[in-house]
Amino acid sequence: MRKQKSIFENIDWVLVGLYMILVLMGWINIYAAVYNEEHKNIFDMTQSYGRQMLWIGTSLLIGLSILVIEGKFYAAFSYPIYLTVIFILLVVLVIARDVQGARSWIEIGSFKLQPSEFAKFATNMAVAKYLSSLGIRMEDFKTKITVGLIILLPMTLVLLQNDTGSALVFFAFIFVLYREGLSQNVLIFGFFAGVLFILALMVPNTILLGIIGSLGLIAYLLMRKTRKNLLVIFMITVLSSGVVFSVDYAFNKLLQPHQRERIEVLLGKRSDPKGAGYNVNQSLIAIGSGGLTGKGFLQGTQTKYDFVPEQSTDFIFCTVGEEWGFVGTSVVILLFLGLLYRIIFIAERQRSQYTRIYAYGVASILFFHLMINVGMAIGLAPVIGIPLPFFSYGGSSLWGFTVLLFVLIKLDSYRIYILR
Amino acid sequence: MYNPGSGQRFVILSIFTAVVIIFMIRLFYIQVVNETYSVSATNNVLRYITDYPARGMIYDRNGKILAYNQAVYDLMVIPKQVKDLDTAEFCRLLDMPIASFIEKMNKARTFSRMKACIFEKQISAKTFATFQEKLYKFQGFFVQPRTLRKYPNNTAAHVLGYIGEVNDALIAKKPYYRQGDYIGISGIEQSYEQELRGRRGVRIIMVDVFNREKGSYKEGIYDTIAIAGKNLVATLDADLQAYGEQLLQNKIGSLVAIEPATGEILAMISSPSYDPNLLVGRVRSKNYSQLLKDPLKPLFNRAMQAYYPPGSTFKLTNALVALQEGIITPGTIYPHSFVVGSKSVKCHPHPSIALEGAIQYSCNPYFCNTFRSFIDNKKFGSSENGYRLWREYQMSFGIGIKIGVDMPHELKGLIPSVEFYDKIYGRGRWKASTIYSLGIGQGELGINPMQMANILCIIANKGYFYTPHVIKKIDGKPNTSRNLDTKHFSKVDKQYFDIIQDGMQKVVEAGTARIARFDTVIICGKTGTAQNPHGKDHSLFVAFAPRENPKLLLL
Repeated sequence: MRKQKSIFENIDWVLVGLYMILVLMGWINIYAAVYNEEHKNIFDMTQSYGRQMLWIGTSLLIGLSILVIEGKFYAAFSYPIYLTVIFILLVVLVIARDVQGARSWIEIGSFKLQPSEFAKFATNMAVAKYLSSLGIRMEDFKTKITVGLIILLPMTLVLLQNDTGSALVFFAFIFVLYREGLSQNVLIFGFFAGVLFILALMVPNTILLGIIGSLGLIAYLLMRKTRKNLLVIFMITVLSSGVVFSVDYAFNKLLQPHQRERIEVLLGKRSDPKGAGYNVNQSLIAIGSGGLTGKGFLQGTQTKYDFVPEQSTDFIFCTVGEEWGFVGTSVVILLFLGLLYRIIFIAERQRSQYTRIYAYGVASILFFHLMINVGMAIGLAPVIGIPLPFFSYGGSSLWGFTVLLFVLIKLDSYRIYILR
Repeated sequence: MYNPGSGQRFVILSIFTAVVIIFMIRLFYIQVVNETYSVSATNNVLRYITDYPARGMIYDRNGKILAYNQAVYDLMVIPKQVKDLDTAEFCRLLDMPIASFIEKMNKARTFSRMKACIFEKQISAKTFATFQEKLYKFQGFFVQPRTLRKYPNNTAAHVLGYIGEVNDALIAKKPYYRQGDYIGISGIEQSYEQELRGRRGVRIIMVDVFNREKGSYKEGIYDTIAIAGKNLVATLDADLQAYGEQLLQNKIGSLVAIEPATGEILAMISSPSYDPNLLVGRVRSKNYSQLLKDPLKPLFNRAMQAYYPPGSTFKLTNALVALQEGIITPGTIYPHSFVVGSKSVKCHPHPSIALEGAIQYSCNPYFCNTFRSFIDNKKFGSSENGYRLWREYQMSFGIGIKIGVDMPHELKGLIPSVEFYDKIYGRGRWKASTIYSLGIGQGELGINPMQMANILCIIANKGYFYTPHVIKKIDGKPNTSRNLDTKHFSKVDKQYFDIIQDGMQKVVEAGTARIARFDTVIICGKTGTAQNPHGKDHSLFVAFAPRENPKLLLL
């Protein structure tokens, strides 16, 4: 096997280009979101936008470093990296201070880092490493259990940090597992469980159970009464009823009050535009008032004047919507869709199973962030505080996503040197 | 190449694409289709700040200030920003009991915690001066300057009128006004409201989520500039007005002085009066109800709103009308009594006299006879026709009509119509002897002092009058708003006025008003006493002087 001539050899420039465009758009929108008359310079280090430039600069250095490192390194060091991150997550649990209810930050002097942003990347590596190992088949029960544990361990730790949003992101791996052979029934069941969950919150339990029972009965009457069919019908009916019964418990006992409220607002069961619904309401106003082409750069009053909370981080999409209108939001969403397509395209051209799984992981994580972040801003998802990749202000998240993406770029550039 | 994952890839890409399509449909709906969000964003960020223009000032004819604006301060509060307040000191500075502080604070909180509202209205400049020094200590409070009307001379309350905050009924009628605006309620303040108020300006500013000002909206292209009200110069002479008020102190009555050559009202006094400053600012509502309850009705402008029977002064027009129609000549002599059935009208003992003497001695029988000769004159065919003509003549003197003084609440007075008498006595069943008391200014006649003064103007001018008015100049230019430079002619020709003036001169020199005589000025006057069914007789004196080129007319 020969060495690469240059670290830029075989680089996927489409991916790099999309990354650069998104990061720069993010920076400009952060500038507009928290624009301060007294600090007009976008490089002003006292403002978020000045610091974001610093994060972008360091991210590019990190990206470059990743390209410099030997491509084989990542597969080889997947487990050590994973274990290191797990260890750091444990440390965080012990030493971190409360920041808005979550204990997820490591502070070194004035420098703060959020390890959960790197947990996604590390977990992705570990999953890829494990599933690409010799003799591992997704159909095996042992495989399912092991990979489940690999994912659930960091997820639990992040959840313990009280960072629910970041923990939920780990559900994204379901796409990876599905691609690698997990039965589609899991996806379908997950989908129906979700629908049932929402229905259970909207419709009284007795009515819902009645509907489930009658559907089971109709299925029983219509289908051929083979042993297998009967078993399936019976299982589905029982499982559905189980979900319905557990929803009440899960909703009222497991969720925290503010999470309950946010879900109720989303489902329209609660109208509270000054309290629990304030964020979403103001976010909708910001995006909605943008119209077709937006109010123009720096003209967004909703975001600039702080009506939308967290306007440079979780609600950065509002600035896009308000200042650039439907045109702007469409461009951003389509850029993301393009990025996802490109990653899947890259994944499928790999000979290395590791790289393919890793690429699917990247796509799934990015997709999940996009879905929740934008969905929350436009009132289609509950308010879960996770950043919009490459856009939102914040060093940890930008570094995390940069590492995630650039490792993929490096692995991809190595594709012709790897036999499997 | 066989790819085992192609089905899954398709499913995954489909899910990605589906979510993106759902998002774009949703975005298209909230951004392009639904417009309520734009409205909400506007409501969030835009604040319409009203700039109140200064109300125009009012000067008297010599440049003395009659009404001006005093700066006062509304104390505003944003409850949410109030922190660490030293309530005791705050209340001491404002001279406010703690209980009322708590009440006001609660009221402000109920209105809004984030928005500014008025905490205390109209703090005087004096209180404000001490308060301002400590203002920095009271977070969440700020002041908004406003103006308050002031009447420095304490005179001419009825002429100047007063202003007050508009109420809902007024806002419904006049859409210009908004809650909190002031409007002239009586006097000049009311009749020249349009000129005085100026035009309100609106600034549109943007605020952030904490209601902090963030600059003007679109560099102010939608802002309108407040235009200050116009300054008025009144025809009043403040000194004369004050002197007149002094004369009428502790009396009930009114006094009007008009310059016949121009119609300018030099003084208009109605007594009892009040201090116009009582109806200003915070004390207004309290004082207003007190003034309203006063049995002497100080708010009532007797010079314009009261009817009086004109009494003997009416004999002058009566004579003029008869002269014009040739019913009498200056030489006509009537018997010394006037008998109707069992009643007879008698007079002071004096020699048998012609018209001039009749005026001098205010001879009742003479004018009753004149009246009868007119009304029952054969040449009109019937008493009814005679009376109708007579009434038309009288109305040309401004009796029974609004003469159009530039003040509100002018009464038109009363001079009964033919139909009125038909209704009482029946058609054709009345004649001069039924209503003879009109001839001497009594009976069913009602006329306000302003009209009386105006009649005298006509006599002084020998046949015409300019509409009496109180405002001379608007914004430095002559007042052209009310057709004031038109001569209104009575229906009596000029030549008949000399004899009347002769008589009036005699009144002062040797007649019923000898008390008013001056050696240096020729004064023409006429007294009047009218029986008042409600109490003491009304007494009246009208005069103008000098006779040639009259300058002053008093009533």
